[in-house]
Amino acid sequence: MFELIGISPQALFGQLLLGLINGAFYALLSLGLAVIFGMLNIVNFAHGALYMMGAFCAWFLLNYAGIGYWPALIFAPLIIGAFGVIIERTMLNKLAGLDHLYGLLLTFGVALIIQGLFQNYFGSSGLPYAIPDLLKGGQNLGFMYLPNYRAWVIVFSLIVCIATWFLIEKTKLGAYLRAATENPTLVRAFGVNVPLMITLTYGFGVALAALAGVLAAPINQVRPLMGADFIIVVFAVVVIGGMGSIMGSIVTGFTLGLIEGLTKVFYPEASNTVVFVIMAIVLMIKPAGLFGRNV
Amino acid sequence: MAAVAISNVPARDAPRHEMIAFAIMAALLLVAPLLVYPFFLMQALCFALFACAFNLLLGYVGLLSFGHAMFLGSAGYFSAHVAKVWGWPPELAILTGAIGAGFIGLVVGALAIRRQGIYFAMITLALSQMIYFFCLQAPFTHGEDGIQAVPQGKMFGVINLSNQMALYFTVLGIFLLAFLLIRRIINSPFGEILKSIRENEPRAISLGYKVDHYKLAAFVMSAALVGLAGAVKAIVAQNASLTDVHWTMSGEVVLMTLVGGMGTIFGPVVGAFIIIAMQNYLAQFGQWVLVIQGVIFVICVLAFRRGIIGEIAHRFRLSL
Repeated sequence: MFELIGISPQALFGQLLLGLINGAFYALLSLGLAVIFGMLNIVNFAHGALYMMGAFCAWFLLNYAGIGYWPALIFAPLIIGAFGVIIERTMLNKLAGLDHLYGLLLTFGVALIIQGLFQNYFGSSGLPYAIPDLLKGGQNLGFMYLPNYRAWVIVFSLIVCIATWFLIEKTKLGAYLRAATENPTLVRAFGVNVPLMITLTYGFGVALAALAGVLAAPINQVRPLMGADFIIVVFAVVVIGGMGSIMGSIVTGFTLGLIEGLTKVFYPEASNTVVFVIMAIVLMIKPAGLFGRNV
Repeated sequence: MAAVAISNVPARDAPRHEMIAFAIMAALLLVAPLLVYPFFLMQALCFALFACAFNLLLGYVGLLSFGHAMFLGSAGYFSAHVAKVWGWPPELAILTGAIGAGFIGLVVGALAIRRQGIYFAMITLALSQMIYFFCLQAPFTHGEDGIQAVPQGKMFGVINLSNQMALYFTVLGIFLLAFLLIRRIINSPFGEILKSIRENEPRAISLGYKVDHYKLAAFVMSAALVGLAGAVKAIVAQNASLTDVHWTMSGEVVLMTLVGGMGTIFGPVVGAFIIIAMQNYLAQFGQWVLVIQGVIFVICVLAFRRGIIGEIAHRFRLSL
């Protein structure tokens, strides 16, 4: 069969695997965007920059503090999440009651500042980050070679995504969160500290982005602009999926990653644009997004 | 955007304020080439028109497009291509750029107005990224090199645009006419309906206006006028490059409008001159320009939402 279409199974499955990995990052980032959007009504334009900061944080921890990959997987999201909390407390919470577009503009400014600063000190070239010893090497599955680290990224992202879904949809805390999304004033009247919840939600969404950054560090190099173009694709993913549903973000993220991988095999010229084309088609057929509610 | 202040100026005074301000601006721009390097002025005028056309959408319909660079850049490619490869005269090259951008605006606008608010911003950003990748790969744009050494030719067969002063006054003429056109659109009955959509879209719908038609019409006008700016820019700079299609350019025009004052007629002009001057003087500092732009963004959003002209207009109860 593979001889018929003129593509080796190695290339096909290799690209599908890369697509799945990109899909995992799309899912993690769009999940964070959706969570933040639900509570703060803000599209976090700085998400790409914070994803990049997560990768850099892992790199700093390794090169200046000798802290390896596994602790970085916990510390980097915590540190960058705390940074997100500071952004929310000092700037974003001043925008309450204003048009949502101001949040977009503010976070765009924050993204410019972060990316500009990192470019100043690190240029545009990439810094290498080694794959942890435990995950070096790979498995020969017969039809393809599966590097351990890539398998780990996919499995771990899936676990994080599903845990987030469980936290928001199935726990008491998640119920408060969803209630505060619907009607913050009422939830506050019940004695729930909604402003604190908003701050922590932003921190959590940012931590998810930073986690994706740490996962990406050994695959893509650590670059100041690694999140700049990536976040635009994530925006398209968010438009396709609609931000109303957590599971929707996860499914859309992984699916679009796969489709992008397939496009790289069959029509590489369109691999950069396929997500945008799908977005245009979805807008024509179902403007609210595949999983979205009408807004 | 709902936060744009509704004018506190008596309606009968508004046209007078605007015409006096317009006369001052035109006079300043007429003598400016004696004092300032004309190439800088022409660049700034192109960006001023870019920002004014962008503001037509953001300031008067309340639609934040984060992809307006696609119209600037693609119009630049259109006009550079027809002027260089097909040998068309500059007036036709510029017209081609504006019409081409208007046509892209029709397609993009029809898709983007299906969603509102922040989704609109994300959709325009994503579609402009798609155009960017197209320009990166299409053969006629010459990828990273862009189209270089675009001939300037003779406007209407008479005005030799290779002469810098002739070029300057041609660009100034185009800018002033386009500026008056934008002001006319804003003050027309059509413009009043656009403002009503900005203030309260459901209300406008309930009054029987086909809001989507108005939004699309405004989007196409804005795109075509941005295309005019991009086409003139390509003739002035004699090249069309990827810089003009990149999303950073879309961010810059938002910044210009925000600094000058969105929803004011003169604000984008002032904002464009400030940002372009800043870029010129800070060019040697490399990426610090980005950082400074980011800081200005943050300051404007947190503390200075009216912008320079908006603040002046508000203080002195003027209509600008």
